[in-house]
Amino acid sequence: MRPFDYLRAQDTAAAIAEAGKPETKFLAGGITLLDLMKLNVERPARVVDITRLSGLDTIEVSADVIRIGALAKMSKVADHAGVREAAPVLSESLWRAASAQLRNMASIGGNLMQRTRCTYFRDPGAYSNCNKRNPGSGCAAIEGINRNHAVLGTSDACIAIYPGDFAVSLVAFDADVLVRGTVARRIPIDEFYLLPGQTPHLEHPLSPGEMIVGIEIPRSAALKRSHYLKVRDRASYEFAAASAAVGIEMEADGRTIRDVRIAVGGVATKPWRLRAVEASLKGKTLDESTLRAAAAAAVEGAKSSGHNAFKIALVPKVVARALMTVGDIS
Amino acid sequence: MSAARQLSLEVNGKRHNLQLDIRTTLLDALREHADLPGTKKGCDQGQCGACTVHVDGERVLSCLTLAAQVEGRQVTTIEGLQTADGVMHAVQTAFIEHDAFQCGYCTPGQIMSAIACIREGHAGTDDDIREYMSGNICRCGAYPHIVAAVRDAASRLKTERAL
Ligand SMILES: Cc1cc2nc3c(=O)[nH]c(=O)nc-3n(C[C@H](O)[C@H](O)[C@H](O)COP(=O)(O)OP(=O)(O)OC[C@H]3O[C@@H](n4cnc5c(N)ncnc54)[C@H](O)[C@@H]3O)c2cc1C
Ligand code: SF4
Ligand code: FES
Ligand code: FES
Repeated sequence: MRPFDYLRAQDTAAAIAEAGKPETKFLAGGITLLDLMKLNVERPARVVDITRLSGLDTIEVSADVIRIGALAKMSKVADHAGVREAAPVLSESLWRAASAQLRNMASIGGNLMQRTRCTYFRDPGAYSNCNKRNPGSGCAAIEGINRNHAVLGTSDACIAIYPGDFAVSLVAFDADVLVRGTVARRIPIDEFYLLPGQTPHLEHPLSPGEMIVGIEIPRSAALKRSHYLKVRDRASYEFAAASAAVGIEMEADGRTIRDVRIAVGGVATKPWRLRAVEASLKGKTLDESTLRAAAAAAVEGAKSSGHNAFKIALVPKVVARALMTVGDIS
Repeated sequence: MSAARQLSLEVNGKRHNLQLDIRTTLLDALREHADLPGTKKGCDQGQCGACTVHVDGERVLSCLTLAAQVEGRQVTTIEGLQTADGVMHAVQTAFIEHDAFQCGYCTPGQIMSAIACIREGHAGTDDDIREYMSGNICRCGAYPHIVAAVRDAASRLKTERAL
């Protein structure tokens, strides 16, 4: 691990000022950062520990929004009674992630910023060719073992998956990321994640020193009737093979879909909203065949790299099953 | 090399003043500098749970925590569970009674995790125990006995609290 300086920020303004300096990174739970520093993927010269900043770990559920501070721990948000009541999908996508120990350490801000688990990205000693780590060097995964790589949103430069769960539910429900730097701004979550294109090393629109201070999720009927389905290689403590964050709101007749939200994870280079599938379901009668027919379009444009073809078959099933669960269709 | 720093850590109620390279993880600080090798190093990457300790009463992974991050916080390791007169924690006793290990390498992490799991209220059913203990891998596959030990310890601790 490269030697570094460790600073403990006294307040948010100081943290932002320090983190704006060259080769400096915020340190929250440290799960992504320290792991990647040990692997020599991240090599900051300085880290600014933000875990002792006050006022950034609050969770508020008001009449129209849920507001979560960037330093709130995954475990606290997952177990929060108000969040579970107003937004089951948020709680589920958190407690089905990582492990109890990791969720006690991980901050919501750090969770959004977690990096891909692409094994080539994580192994600079063995693979110099990774466009995300080393722009212009090529991509070891495209011709390599790519069972855990993306089928949606890929480019010929990078096929790495965005591995997180929580952001998938945020994308389905139009959250905003609240950011503070020299000015305060609000970034719609869908714009917070960039497609790899020819610049896979650029993952977010944040400038150096900009800090996530919180997220805001608008409340809705669909959010209240929501669910996160995560399918994986083992029952727990594993990233998604494919996942779906869904929510539904019915018309007064109880049969017609008024509003529906769908995003998928574990299959795309960013949390992947399925707006076309949503549009095709609005106004339709809720039943299994309608859901399955609509879900088939979830993988439109999907591209296999070889070992990951199973994800293309899996996604429509995961989407349909998640919608059947919130729709109470057994 | 990073300059060594003087760090003051409180582990199992005892203060340790250590000269540490700032890169030192809590795990290495415990094992190699504070003479507390009970906490185990499995993967060193957050993937196995062998290094589980409590910080301010909550279970965390010491391999992905810098020692510097826990200054001023209370750290508890497996060595800190016994009372001064040598009485084991109920979870330790349950692990022995239920034969909840083979090689024992994962056991300190399992026990630290189990204590927190029970305290959090996540040990109500076997399914809950399996889900909330999933962060502790056992290469020997002692899982059925681990679940039995946690279930038993949870009900004993509940009875004790009720008395
Ligand atoms: C074995 C294992 C299994 C896992 N399984 C899952 C899983 O199933 N699902 C899942 O979603 N995740 C999973 N994770 C990932 C884990 O959830 C993330 O690593 C964690 O949430 C990161 O949060 P942190 O606070 O530790 O971030 P850190 O590691 O402290 O920070 C991560 C990055 O974000 C930056 N950063 C931190 N806070 C801010 C801020 N407020 N503003 C701007 N930048 C910031 C840091 O500089 C760093 O670059 C797993 C991790 C491991 C090791
Ligand atoms: S998929 Fe992306 S992260 Fe993985 S090796 Fe290719 S360029 Fe690197
Ligand atoms: S040694 Fe820390 S999780 Fe494996
Ligand atoms: S008892 Fe051997 S690893 Fe669990």
